[in-house]
Amino acid sequence: MIATIALRELRSMFLSPLAWTVLAVAQLVLSWIFFTQIDVFFSIQEELATMPNAPGVTDLVVAPVIEIASIMLLMVSPLLTMRLISEERRNGTLGLLLSAPISITEIVLGKFFGIILFYILFVAMIALMPLSLLIGTDLDLGKLAAGILGLFLLLSAFAAAGLFLSSLTANPVIAAISTFGLLLLLWILDSSAGGESGNVFTYLAITTHITPMIRGIINSVDLAYFGLFIVTFLLLTIRQMDAERLQQ
Amino acid sequence: MSLISVSNLVRYYGNHCAVDNISFELSAGDILGFLGPNGAGKSTTMQMLSGNLAPSEGEISINGIDLLDDPRQAKAAIGYLPEIPPLYKEMTVDEYLAYCARLHRIENSAINEMVDQAKTRCGLMDTGKRLIANLSKGFQQRVGIAQAILHSPDVIILDEPTVGLDPNQIREIRQLIAELGKEHGIILCTHILPEVQAVCNRVQIINQGQLVYESSMSELLRKQATGSYEVAFLRSPTVGNLTCLEGIHHAEQLDEHRFLVTTAGSSVEYLVKVAVKNDWGLFKLMPHERSLEQIFIDLTTGDDETIEDAVSPENTDEQNTEEDLDAAYENAVYESLEEQGDEQQNDNKKQDPAS
Repeated sequence: MIATIALRELRSMFLSPLAWTVLAVAQLVLSWIFFTQIDVFFSIQEELATMPNAPGVTDLVVAPVIEIASIMLLMVSPLLTMRLISEERRNGTLGLLLSAPISITEIVLGKFFGIILFYILFVAMIALMPLSLLIGTDLDLGKLAAGILGLFLLLSAFAAAGLFLSSLTANPVIAAISTFGLLLLLWILDSSAGGESGNVFTYLAITTHITPMIRGIINSVDLAYFGLFIVTFLLLTIRQMDAERLQQ
Repeated sequence: MSLISVSNLVRYYGNHCAVDNISFELSAGDILGFLGPNGAGKSTTMQMLSGNLAPSEGEISINGIDLLDDPRQAKAAIGYLPEIPPLYKEMTVDEYLAYCARLHRIENSAINEMVDQAKTRCGLMDTGKRLIANLSKGFQQRVGIAQAILHSPDVIILDEPTVGLDPNQIREIRQLIAELGKEHGIILCTHILPEVQAVCNRVQIINQGQLVYESSMSELLRKQATGSYEVAFLRSPTVGNLTCLEGIHHAEQLDEHRFLVTTAGSSVEYLVKVAVKNDWGLFKLMPHERSLEQIFIDLTTGDDETIEDAVSPENTDEQNTEEDLDAAYENAVYESLEEQGDEQQNDNKKQDPAS
């Protein structure tokens, strides 16, 4: 049942021009950055060759691309998640799901995995660019995998937050703006801590947990952070949808 | 066993009580007309029956399964068409119906057959490959109905299914509802009265969250015959001329030509004979019926006093209630006729589908 809802969600994303536009624009911008980074790498290649323990192509090309992709997705993800529930509510199609013999948990998970399927595709397309370097050079595949995993977890967290805020309103634009605000706040949270580690804001900030992954370090703390982030927002969404039946 | 059994259903929106202590039952083969003015609590009740809203108090059981305890099983027996058909406009009719079938956990192998069946019943055979967004309102409405009957549920709840349709489509939808009523229990929620008279075999009126009227259609039809006639003469006699006739209990002049007379038994025949003999120029003789419309208007617009007199909730003696109701209608009928001027005559005709 979750799969049924998720697949319909994925289908409807590709039936609207929004998904195509987002994919195309993101790919265009990222490929530009990718080429710029390769250019930079070529220009400093000779100096690097003389340095001991010099950073390789994975550090100098792949990591920056993933880093910029993560910032870009911070802006793009709210646009993709905004209509998940709010539009169904506005069009009255939510009634179809609510009167079908399925539970709210199934509806919420279906919606979540629908957008996750889309994000898997998104991340795969981003990963293709660094992977194309394999034709000419060797990559640190472990680092690349860590970066891609980080990007995927980050997007899943964005999707869960976006889903929750979409469940609060019948207006997709409001959902998009509030999701963006929330994600941006979580993104910049550690800058208020002044770089102090151990601070609660530093722990809550997304950047604290995504940066190590992009650099190739996978901490169980970071995995737990994303896991908790996703589960929390999914539970909030289920609660919100349940509460809506009870009160209006 | 009844298909739907609702007891003491209450729903608050904040402090506002939208549905106030409603109880009713629906048995197999019933087509229940659920009537009420806008904002009376019709849609709220339907949303609660379909599991879209949780009731504040009270119980709903569908096929004997409690909707709150076991929503999944209970909902499987319901087909629901909300006020706004829940359509994904970017899908084709076939895709959409197949998706609905999957939501209702229909086996993959049976989906095609069931979709075809629903399409045939709703006259959608030629539109399967078209996008729902490109269909006319009437066809979209049919897709909505197809969605509700797809999994052949025991109970079908239709919330204003004919809104926005042209007269031909309305007729088709009504035929469809009548046909579906043979196998399923149907709740038809509407404020279009002729619709209820055309297809329903039971009728309920809800006003300000309370059930104010409940009757079977045959009962209603029986009550409609009041023994009153509206007669019109070209060369009018006086009221006295009429009342002195045998069998005429009461006569009342409505305007220059029209009278309202109450007769006993077949004495209307006698009245016609007399009229011809005296060359009064009889040109209209119409049984005065208390239509569903009249009942509806009386119960939903009358001052609260009338309503309470007519149906007091405490009054459990059915016979008594009926008499009270009768009296209330009688009064209301006369009052409305007294108020009628010539210019309102047309309006009245329009309102009264029985005439």
